[in-house]
Amino acid sequence: MALSMKGDFTDNLGKIYGIYVGGFFAFVVLMAILSMVGVPDRFILWSYMAMTIGIYAFIGIMSRTAVVTEYYVAGRSVPAIYNGMATGADWMSGASFVGMAGTLFVLGYDGLAFVLGWTGGYVLVAVLLAPYLRKFGAYTVPDFLGTRYNGNAARLVGIIVLFCCSFTYITAQVYASGIIASQFLGIDFEIAVFAGLLGILVCSMLGGMKAVTWTQVAQYIVLIVAYLLPAIWMSTVQFGIPIPQLTYGGALSKIAEYEEILGVAKAHVAPFTTYSPKDYFFLIFCLMVGTASLPHILMRFFTTPTVREARKSVGWSLFFIFLLYFTAPAYAAFSKFNLMGLFANAEGLQLAFTAIPEWMLQWGSIAGHQLVTICDVKAETVMAIQTACEAKGFVGGFPYAELKLNNDMIVLSTPSIAGMPIWVVGLVGAGGFAAALSTADGLLLAIANALSHDVYYKMIDPKADTKRRLMISKILLVVVALAAAFLARTKPSDILSMVSWAFSIAAAGLFAPLVLGVWWKRTTSMGAILGMIAGFSVTMYYLIGNVYGFDLVKGTGDEIVWFGVASISSGIFGVPVAFVVTYLVSLFTPEPSREMQEFVDRLRLPGGGQMMVQGAND
Amino acid sequence: MPDNITREVAEAHWSKTKRLMITTLAIWFFFGFFIHFFVSSLNTIVILGFPLGFYMAAQGSLIVFVVLIFWFASRQNAIDEEFGVAED
Repeated sequence: MALSMKGDFTDNLGKIYGIYVGGFFAFVVLMAILSMVGVPDRFILWSYMAMTIGIYAFIGIMSRTAVVTEYYVAGRSVPAIYNGMATGADWMSGASFVGMAGTLFVLGYDGLAFVLGWTGGYVLVAVLLAPYLRKFGAYTVPDFLGTRYNGNAARLVGIIVLFCCSFTYITAQVYASGIIASQFLGIDFEIAVFAGLLGILVCSMLGGMKAVTWTQVAQYIVLIVAYLLPAIWMSTVQFGIPIPQLTYGGALSKIAEYEEILGVAKAHVAPFTTYSPKDYFFLIFCLMVGTASLPHILMRFFTTPTVREARKSVGWSLFFIFLLYFTAPAYAAFSKFNLMGLFANAEGLQLAFTAIPEWMLQWGSIAGHQLVTICDVKAETVMAIQTACEAKGFVGGFPYAELKLNNDMIVLSTPSIAGMPIWVVGLVGAGGFAAALSTADGLLLAIANALSHDVYYKMIDPKADTKRRLMISKILLVVVALAAAFLARTKPSDILSMVSWAFSIAAAGLFAPLVLGVWWKRTTSMGAILGMIAGFSVTMYYLIGNVYGFDLVKGTGDEIVWFGVASISSGIFGVPVAFVVTYLVSLFTPEPSREMQEFVDRLRLPGGGQMMVQGAND
Repeated sequence: MPDNITREVAEAHWSKTKRLMITTLAIWFFFGFFIHFFVSSLNTIVILGFPLGFYMAAQGSLIVFVVLIFWFASRQNAIDEEFGVAED
């Protein structure tokens, strides 16, 4: 079919993805019918996983390539709107899909720092960086640093920062895909991690950026349908209008009423109940600047055909990301409204032990996780809950304050909380899996490409031929993926907080040299290198010192606290330090050569073709 | 520097580009940070059940960001074409 006409693939995008979306809906309808005629739940869940992974593998194999530009930058032929979808999938990780609504559920207004921070950063990408990086025409972010700042020192520092922020991030994605696979397929977590790994590698190994781009578009479609459908469902059932983003205002007012009845002190819409205003705005700043510095996101804008398309593509990216992020608060509100209703409408404001809904026990009894706790015990059986609650003096039932839900279960469990059928549950699982896989693929490529293109080709063996370079790249891909999987298998407890650190690390190490490299001609190599090192070191020092501490006997890091800033916002120190150091050192070193200044001049003009001309073979 | 573009044209193009950058980032700062300093007072205004301060952080600013990027992209294109430095 269309896919076999290789050269025409990008001309037929509309048709191909049209068929794909139609096929996907037909598959969901088929699952709905099967579940109604009584096909076992297990079969439905397995079908969702098998079907979606099968499609990703098919696209991955179809897009295999031996051409270097296709492998590194998808042949620079991805139209703005498709690149937008791919960036959306690249961006929205397992944690966004699974955890965002839960964070908003628990934190209320304060959780919106993540919503703002993870969207506003794209303005910085569009204005300050994407068009210029596209004009330059590099394969990787360190490639740009190495050229603008004359040599391998800048390249190497860039690679170290890239590795630190991307590797922790990818470990979290592999971990998330393992959790989802193990819950939905009912297999052991240790095995599920490698199942997830297989799903990741099959998309990226044969076709590099080209394969990842086209699977990410497919994954975006799965994840957004899976995210929106349950929210639309709840909105229609409860308010009769299928636009959850509009109707959850009603849920917010109800929540406010329930809060008064149940005596909840922290109002959902009230600001600064968990974070101080300082923490809140620092966090937004770090997330925004971090967004504009993460290499796996920036490199997506290397794949558009022109500079103009690169700018527009940032707009589309944010639009597709926005679709999920402006639905997340609706999820949180609907879930909270449903849950509080159980208590507010019950006698004596206590949920009777006999009325405990089945989903609480189902999710509560998942081994190895504390997803639902009631009266401080894992919600496994009614008996266990009753004993624990009676010991605390609650007879007959328990109040709202004694129920604790884990953030990570809100999205995955919403369909069962709202009593939706198994085919919706399976769809949401497939969506979460798609989110984790697509982000992992982007990160994996960012790391493997930097190692193969920048370290191997540019620094170790500049004479290596095309075949050898791609071979090295593919081997590194597998090695990095395996390393991430082995680390994920140990279930490192801090992995989720490390993800938020990745933003601060990237912001502190990369934002200043990238932005100044384009916007300030006077930036010298020495300035940029020392700036990167200073920003990166300050942030790492604060992160490690604040979280773990350097006092090994004590073991906790609270001895290092500067102005009471939380570790998650540690980029707030590194970013300005990097700018100041780069600025001062640049002033004290001789200004860049004539050629370098002309290089920057050309970078600023969109016309005249891309600057870095790769070899004929590329 | 491409042959057919003089230094004066390039400099004029860049100064206009810089002005657009500053305008865009000013709007970004206003909706990304400034307006949220006043969340408590905005929350007293409730529309369709949404307290306004909450709404701005959950939806309002996001919509502004999306529109802002598309507006920026089209403005920058107009500037590029005005100075004849756009791609063919």
